[in-house]
Amino acid sequence: MIVQVFDLHKKFGHLEVLKGINCQVAEGEVLCVIGPSGSGKSTFLRCLNLLESITSGKVIIDGVDLTDPKTDINKVRRQVGMVFQQFNLFPHMTVLRNITLAPMTELKLSKEEATEKALRLLSKVGLRDKADVYPHTLSGGQMQRVAIARALAMNPKVMLFDEPTSALDPELVGEVLTVMKELAQEGMTMIVVTHEMGFAREVADRVIFMDGGVIVEENTPAEIFSNPKHERTRSFLSKIL
Amino acid sequence: MGGSLNLNWEIAIASLPTLLSGIKWTILITVVGLFFGFFIGAAMGLARTTKNKLVFGIATVYVETIRGTPILVQALYLYFGVNQVLQQMFALQINSLTAAIIAIAINSGAYISEIVRGAIQSIDKGQVEAGRSLGLSSLKTFYYIVWPQAFKRMIPPLGNQFIISLKDTSLFAVIAVGELLRQGQLVVATTFAAFEIYTFVSLIYLMLTLSISFVLRRIERRLDVS
Repeated sequence: MIVQVFDLHKKFGHLEVLKGINCQVAEGEVLCVIGPSGSGKSTFLRCLNLLESITSGKVIIDGVDLTDPKTDINKVRRQVGMVFQQFNLFPHMTVLRNITLAPMTELKLSKEEATEKALRLLSKVGLRDKADVYPHTLSGGQMQRVAIARALAMNPKVMLFDEPTSALDPELVGEVLTVMKELAQEGMTMIVVTHEMGFAREVADRVIFMDGGVIVEENTPAEIFSNPKHERTRSFLSKIL
Repeated sequence: MGGSLNLNWEIAIASLPTLLSGIKWTILITVVGLFFGFFIGAAMGLARTTKNKLVFGIATVYVETIRGTPILVQALYLYFGVNQVLQQMFALQINSLTAAIIAIAINSGAYISEIVRGAIQSIDKGQVEAGRSLGLSSLKTFYYIVWPQAFKRMIPPLGNQFIISLKDTSLFAVIAVGELLRQGQLVVATTFAAFEIYTFVSLIYLMLTLSISFVLRRIERRLDVS
């Protein structure tokens, strides 16, 4: 199991957002996390690379305990790629520099190595010709594909996607999902918080439905979408499908 | 009853070399003062963004004290007050030019620290998260990602501070720094051509500040700061 979560709790002040999450993700697995807004699914994802501190419980990534104070969190984060809803590209850097920055500073790649790798990744996401432009000239879908390439440049073992298509115009959603689907087919371990039920149904190995800070239901996409066991899952799915 | 208007522009023109000799001090005090002011401001501005209460507290006391007292009082305090103490304790004095530079550095530093703090805090939190999620330390995230973006946003308010500090140097006439206004006052004292001389003095200040505005607009356009 590459990701193991035991009894994860997260409080913001007195507000308990995560109330004991237990979850395991195997290598190469694609896990989709669905649920209404405020259910804690984004917070859950952000705890997996400590963008949110963990109130209690354990998160173990590839054998490394994130809650152990001796853990070098920067090292762990290099192996956990993150893609954000708002892309968060660096606007003062070219697309190429966005991708080569961390490999050069953290993996100590030379400029040539980092550039070669970045161009390879840009080809993979279909943006080889955009290497030298600045992010503001790109469409949302292109920005998100660059963000995916940027995360992949660190050779992560796990990729986290935090509603990667929620900020996109509807016609741009497809190009991002296509890249993600390819990634899944190549065997990348992925945890995807999403509202794209079509993607979850087609690509996920397993779907988690969260509500009120707990995992309400967990099953294969076929089961959870056609035969939800829990009343709250049923009512959520009936509203969005 | 009104008399006839009798302005003597020739005296004013004849005194131009004297006035212009003051410009170099005006510029020297402004540039050197702001140079140090920027480093003070950057340090204090950063201190104001930290969670460390002591560091934050020290910077806040500095900013509030300097912003809350007139720069004229600060200059007099330095040149006469601090010098009195230095004289008694160490038998040394800072000269008026040094006092003027220190006054601009300390005074602009307080305002610049607010510019720095505001610019840093205006950078979207997602930028830091993106950097950290790639494995960059907080220091590297600041250096590669936050600071370059923040610095771009500082340029327009820093230009504004440049103009304010340049005009503030005129206050140092009271501690006998031979800058532009002081030279003007000296000429007026001997020629009594107050209207003519102060017109020239004003125009020279205006030329200096307009030049700064012009250069800044070029820089802003080049860096595409909006």
